[in-house]
Amino acid sequence: MASYFDHAATTPMSPAAIEALNKQIAQLGNASSLHTQGRSVRKDVEEARESLARIAGCSPSEIIFTGSGTESNNLAIKGFFWKRRSEDPTRNVIVISAFEHHAVLDPVEWLEEHEGAHVIQVPVSGDGVLDLEALRDIVEKNRERIALIAVMHSNNEVGTIQPIQEVVEIAGDIPVHTDAVQSFTKVEFNFNDLGVTSATLSAHKIGGPLGVSVLILARGIDVTPILHGGGQERDIRSGTLNAPAIVSFAAAAVYANELREANFTYITELRKYLIDSLKAVLPDIRVNGGVEPSLPGIANITFPGTESDGLLLLLDAEGIASSTGSACSAGVPRPSHVLLAMGISEKDARSSLRFSLGRSNTRDEIDHLASVIESVVDRARAALARN
Amino acid sequence: MKVIAAMSGGVDSAVAAARAVEQGHEVVGVHLALSSNPQKYRSGARGCCTIEDSHDARRAADVIGIPFYIWDMAEEFHDGVVENFLSEYAAGRTPNPCLRCNEKIKFAAVLDRAKALGFDAVVTGHYAQMRETDLGRTMHRAEDPLKDQSYVLAVLNKDQLDGAMFPLGDTHKEEVRKEAKRRGLYVANKPDSHDICFVPSGNNAGWLHDRLGTATGPIVDEDGNKLGEHQGAYTYTIGQRRGLNLTVPADGGVPRYVLKIEPVSNTVVVGTKESLAVTSISGEKAIWCGPIPATGIAHRGYAQVRAHGQPLSCTYTTDGATISAILDEPLFGLATGQGLVIYDEDRVVGSATIDATA
Repeated sequence: MASYFDHAATTPMSPAAIEALNKQIAQLGNASSLHTQGRSVRKDVEEARESLARIAGCSPSEIIFTGSGTESNNLAIKGFFWKRRSEDPTRNVIVISAFEHHAVLDPVEWLEEHEGAHVIQVPVSGDGVLDLEALRDIVEKNRERIALIAVMHSNNEVGTIQPIQEVVEIAGDIPVHTDAVQSFTKVEFNFNDLGVTSATLSAHKIGGPLGVSVLILARGIDVTPILHGGGQERDIRSGTLNAPAIVSFAAAAVYANELREANFTYITELRKYLIDSLKAVLPDIRVNGGVEPSLPGIANITFPGTESDGLLLLLDAEGIASSTGSACSAGVPRPSHVLLAMGISEKDARSSLRFSLGRSNTRDEIDHLASVIESVVDRARAALARN
Repeated sequence: MKVIAAMSGGVDSAVAAARAVEQGHEVVGVHLALSSNPQKYRSGARGCCTIEDSHDARRAADVIGIPFYIWDMAEEFHDGVVENFLSEYAAGRTPNPCLRCNEKIKFAAVLDRAKALGFDAVVTGHYAQMRETDLGRTMHRAEDPLKDQSYVLAVLNKDQLDGAMFPLGDTHKEEVRKEAKRRGLYVANKPDSHDICFVPSGNNAGWLHDRLGTATGPIVDEDGNKLGEHQGAYTYTIGQRRGLNLTVPADGGVPRYVLKIEPVSNTVVVGTKESLAVTSISGEKAIWCGPIPATGIAHRGYAQVRAHGQPLSCTYTTDGATISAILDEPLFGLATGQGLVIYDEDRVVGSATIDATA
């Protein structure tokens, strides 16, 4: 039996999205062309843009299509940094939460190393929530020098939803970027209501295809582009529009949004069932994060006395897919920086696995996991104790 | 059996893994990350610590059709191999890090972890043969004399060897490359690695210098007369002739060789080739690859002191923990710290770390 508990990495495409992709991929035409075929594809793209805008709570013109969530985050972070520093050379401070995804963390570190950015990380609590008082303090002390603030909407490893509205209030007129790839269509997310300046959405996290994402960028706000060329997207992002993927993304979003509440209830219950089932067998496990409000499907669990890559290997052999957090470019497992930022020891961080659930999961799959977890943990413990 | 195939990203370990699958074993491929920062110890396409190598190993596992994971052994490698390499040089000896890696990492840390996780053995692409003989399961030289790696495996004890599989031992390297091509493994033509994997560009002296620093000291002859200066005794190896930079010419232009490295006085002693002659070798920390030879009596056999050295006929004795070998013919230039490996014809009897020569 195959049990896929890695929906936060990527999740199966919904039938609606597959149908839309297949249909659109047969259409001839470049959305930027002026002739009939071009206009036809353009119409499909614009309808998709409108659907996404309606679901994300923004205006269609605020949607910029990109090639990946990483690209959207890079565009926002480098774009705001370069734009706002060019307006005021002393404005070189970037404020981020201490447990951002690498798609935010790494461009920020790059700007620090190569472009003279000064980075301030805002601590997070042991439960995985941004420390707003620390943020307030940082903003008060550096207000004139801050180029942007980036705080993820929900954390991809522990699932906690961040107080973005409060961040926006503290920020005042400083741009706030939020990486919302894990939240979109899973929990309440409304660009206008939040009041952020920009946000990242990604298709393949919600049942859409790989290779297409969105940067929502508030009207009237300009950032320095990274890609230069045809200027297809508001002159901020160049590159021929990936019409099939865009149309499919919109179809996935419509489908997921319609089912949002039902999915939330179903997946929340599954998550509780998973944690209860594992605790029944292994009472000493600990759940990281897990406070409300959270994403419904993420269960980050410390299995004391194990190494997570050993657990992953053994579970994989049983047909169970899980995740150990991040790996470096050579594939070497690393203790999760998210867990370390939450004050969890390196030893415990190395003993933690993420199970992320989706609509396709069942109680049977969780029963399967619960039936093998004890022997898997025993072997992983023996492997760690070998020294 | 359930086995872990250690996959470096090279052609040998890829074919070894494929053969283990064909023999009916349940195989899981593992690439060992030996540096916490993959570019820290070396860069370039060869060696065992690059992103390219882990990618090559992953692709080979895909083609063979086995699961693949990366195991982080950086800490174990640093503590057990790199630190040992540095401290041995600092102590005036010449270590062989491949021996230490086999002893401490591949057939210790990896094998132990594999066993704990429920595997029975570790498969590698080493060229050596395990055979069932009257003496039990014993290790023998590889079929291909040019590739034979039994020397660097002689640090494995019986228990470790019982958990080891070397599917390439009966095959010549050329055949392995052809087989890799036939199996669709694109590493078929990847060059062999020769250098020490964690030393960039094979510049041993430079690498050591960066870590051990400059320590100027005298180069003297056997009577103690100063002939020149060195920047660090650790950059010399017993038997070395080139690069001595002596300022006092030798009598009659007779070539001079490094005879001794004295770490305490930071002195390098040089002399004639005759003074390098060694007929008696003793080694400590003996490891037995099979049954322990009877103690207190003399045995005939062969001694090998370098990875690609010649077998030297000898008489040896042991008390179980040390080995003393008397060579039939003298050997010129032998560093302490190297491995002394004893063979009975093509069977590996055991090994010891050379601590004295005469």
